Amino acid sequence: MDCENCGERKATITLTEIENNEMRTLNLCSTCATLKGVAPGGGSAPMADLLAHLGGSAGENLFDEAGEACEYCGTGAGDFRKSGRLGCPQCYAQFHRQLRALLRRVHGSSQHMGKVYVSTAPDADPEQVRLSTLRRRLERAVEIEDFESAADLRDAIHALTEVS
Amino acid sequence: MTDGSAAAPLIGTHGLDWLDEEGPDGDIVVSSRVRLARNLQGYSFSAHATGEEREALLEKARAATEAAGVLEEVDFWEISRLDPVDRLLLLERRLVSKELIGGPETGPRRGSGLALSRTRALGMMVNEEDHLRLQTLRGGFQLAAAWRDVDQLDEEIGARLPYAFHQEFGFLTSCPTNVGTGLRASVFIHLPGLVLTRQIRKVLEGMGQLGVTYRGLYGEGSRIVGNLFQISNQTTLGKTEEDLIDQLERLVGRVIGYEKQARAVLLREAPNVLEDKVWRAYGILCHARSLPFEEMMNLLSGVRLGISLKLLKTPRVDVISRMMIHAQTAHLARAAGRRLDEADADAFRASYVRRALNDAGSH
Repeated sequence: MDCENCGERKATITLTEIENNEMRTLNLCSTCATLKGVAPGGGSAPMADLLAHLGGSAGENLFDEAGEACEYCGTGAGDFRKSGRLGCPQCYAQFHRQLRALLRRVHGSSQHMGKVYVSTAPDADPEQVRLSTLRRRLERAVEIEDFESAADLRDAIHALTEVS
Repeated sequence: MTDGSAAAPLIGTHGLDWLDEEGPDGDIVVSSRVRLARNLQGYSFSAHATGEEREALLEKARAATEAAGVLEEVDFWEISRLDPVDRLLLLERRLVSKELIGGPETGPRRGSGLALSRTRALGMMVNEEDHLRLQTLRGGFQLAAAWRDVDQLDEEIGARLPYAFHQEFGFLTSCPTNVGTGLRASVFIHLPGLVLTRQIRKVLEGMGQLGVTYRGLYGEGSRIVGNLFQISNQTTLGKTEEDLIDQLERLVGRVIGYEKQARAVLLREAPNVLEDKVWRAYGILCHARSLPFEEMMNLLSGVRLGISLKLLKTPRVDVISRMMIHAQTAHLARAAGRRLDEADADAFRASYVRRALNDAGSH
């Protein structure tokens, strides 16, 4: 059977995924299984190995040596390929397109769904930061029907907004 | 039990409070851990930063942790100022990584630090792979509680230090495998039933397909010591923190169920073999005059199983967990007040274990 992800290599691994209580199976070659982080034997594939796969047999060269380096810290695509580490937060802007593709393979998504952070510049109001986090959590609590937490969160938001 | 020595140690009983709470399913899940990776705007990641930058960041982190109420009383150490035994004590308590304390010859990088509450295993590493690694440990199966503690610390630190955050990618980290939530939750779990019934590989590989990874703990590579495993989430992006915790909790809950089933099978099918194994382990620990660490861990596994199945009346499970911490080489050296070579350490360990089991009550 051919790999259902790349359609090129022979499938050697059956991946079973459960999403929203629905089970589906996917037959993968070892390269695509590694990219999905499900290589047998456990443990996560180090980023450098992952990148080697991306640039090698998978036929994609996301982090091209010749590409521009990060303007802020000077980290180049080649450095990232070698070490699997970025140089600074700005690297995420510099390599935005490539990282988006990489993250989708590693995590199955490139969109952060967790806590929202409101940057605190020196003059930012920590109370506003707290408030936005509480609001976000309240939405989440309602979403999962955790009404006990929702009530607590609503009280906490009221307490903060009443003061300010 | 004391960690006292002649050398004015800075590290006392820090980060051991979790041993006092057995926690839910404490006979199977030794501890639960949550960490968050965070970086600050305007600085290169620690491995790329200059020594001056790392030190400036260390000072900012120090001020932020001292103001964080959730830590209550907090100690803040620059790793390079700690004596080498203190560094290893922290490593053996799993409060720092090897990367943070550096090798025996090279030592830590400039600006490496650790903030740690005096009352609980809650704090953060500074200038490890990421600028900040907020972390906590709880006894037993308490991932949600561990998450709440770290989340609260995160709120306090994030209100004082400007985190690097990206609308699409979330919290930015040095390695893209941590980006998004920056959250790694794990349990340290004892699975002798699944190992003895040879089902462990099947169970762990099944889990590997569900966004969770595992490794043997203490063992080099894939070697397993003491039937202990660490199970953690693999992905950090695309799900909320609560979902990641919840998903891991449900999976670990299933593993606990399989482990209990395996133990029930062993009790039913081979009660005599099991009882003999448990009592032999207990007997050797009570009488050995030299105990290498790995051998002790494997024997403690048998005793922990015996307690859990009520084949042994003493010691309590927390006594076993304590021994796993205090019978490591740096802890023994601190208790001895001197450097121990391997043969010394094995003899010292055996005498420590005999005493601890004796204090816990005899059969």
